[in-house]
Amino acid sequence: MIRRWLVLLFMAMLVPGMVQADSNLPPAALANTQLPDAKQEAEAKALMETLRCVVCQGQSIADSNAEMAGDMRALVRGKVAAGEKPDAIRAWFIERYGPWVSYKPEMSAIAAPVWIVPVVVFFIGLLLVRGRFRKRPSGKGEA
Amino acid sequence: MKKLAIWAPFVLFLIFVGVVARGLIQPGDRVVRSALVGKPLPAFTLPAATKGVRGLNTADLATGQPRLLNIFASWCIPCIAEAPVLLELKAKGVAIDAIAIRDTPEDVARFLARNGNPYQRIGSDVTSAVQLALGSSGVPESYVVDGKGMIRYQHVGDIRHEDVPMILDQLEAAR
Repeated sequence: MIRRWLVLLFMAMLVPGMVQADSNLPPAALANTQLPDAKQEAEAKALMETLRCVVCQGQSIADSNAEMAGDMRALVRGKVAAGEKPDAIRAWFIERYGPWVSYKPEMSAIAAPVWIVPVVVFFIGLLLVRGRFRKRPSGKGEA
Repeated sequence: MKKLAIWAPFVLFLIFVGVVARGLIQPGDRVVRSALVGKPLPAFTLPAATKGVRGLNTADLATGQPRLLNIFASWCIPCIAEAPVLLELKAKGVAIDAIAIRDTPEDVARFLARNGNPYQRIGSDVTSAVQLALGSSGVPESYVVDGKGMIRYQHVGDIRHEDVPMILDQLEAAR
C-alpha cells in the first residue's frame, strides 16, 4: 500500500518537469557568454540585473535560468555590442512589456506617492519633534 | 473634533486590513500582456521554419485583410491542443500565419504532419528575438493583425474551441 503511494508521489514529482517544457535548441549564443569588451559587458550586466524575466516574473534576467531569460540576455548583449545605450534598450523593453518589465524605479503619476510620502512624513515628524523640544514658557515648567 | 481624531488610527488600520484582505482573496493577474496592442507590428523578416512553407515578414501581415498571427512551437504541449481549433478557424476562412519559436525544421515538419497545418506562412525564430519584439512572453499566443499591419488584439495562451466566436469577432472588428 505504502509502496503504491510512494510510486504515485514519485510520478507526481515528474509532472512539473514535463509541463515546464523547454525547446530542444541550445541557449542563444550570447545568453551565457560574456561580451569580449569588458566595458560593454559591465553595461549589459548592469542592465540585465534590472530587467524582469517575463516567464518567472520574480527574477531578473541576470538571475533566471528560464530559456526566455537566456534569449533576453542574448538580445541585451547583442544590442549593447551593436552600440545601443542601456537606457534605449530599457525603453525598448518597456515599450513592449510596460513599465513592469523594468526594476529601475521611474517617476510617474502612479508612483509619485512612493517618492513624495516619505519626504512629507519626515517633515511631519520634524514638526512633532519641534513641539516636544520647544522651551515651555517659564513658570509653567515641569517639576 | 478630538473625539473623532481618536478613531483615525483605527480607521487607518481597517483600510490596511481591507487592502491586505483584497490581495489575499483575489490573487494578482500574472498574465503578461503585450503593450503593443493598438500599435504597428515591429519590422522583422524570418526564414521559413521548414521545407515546403514560406517564411514570414512584416509586409506579409499587412495585406489589407485582418490576419491571425500565431506564436507556437513544436515542443509546446498546449499548442497541440490548439492545433484543431486553428484548423477550425482556417475552415471558417481565417488567414493564419505563424512564428515557430526555438524550433528545428525537422520538429516543425513532424508537428505539422501530426497536428495538421492551418498556416499560410511560418517564420522561424530560433532566438525568440521576434517574439520579444512583439511583447510576447510564451507559447502559444496569437495576435489579431489588421489590414494595415496594426496589432488589434492579443490572445495569451491557447485558443480554445469556446474562444472561436470571440476571435472571429476580433477579426471582424479589425476589418
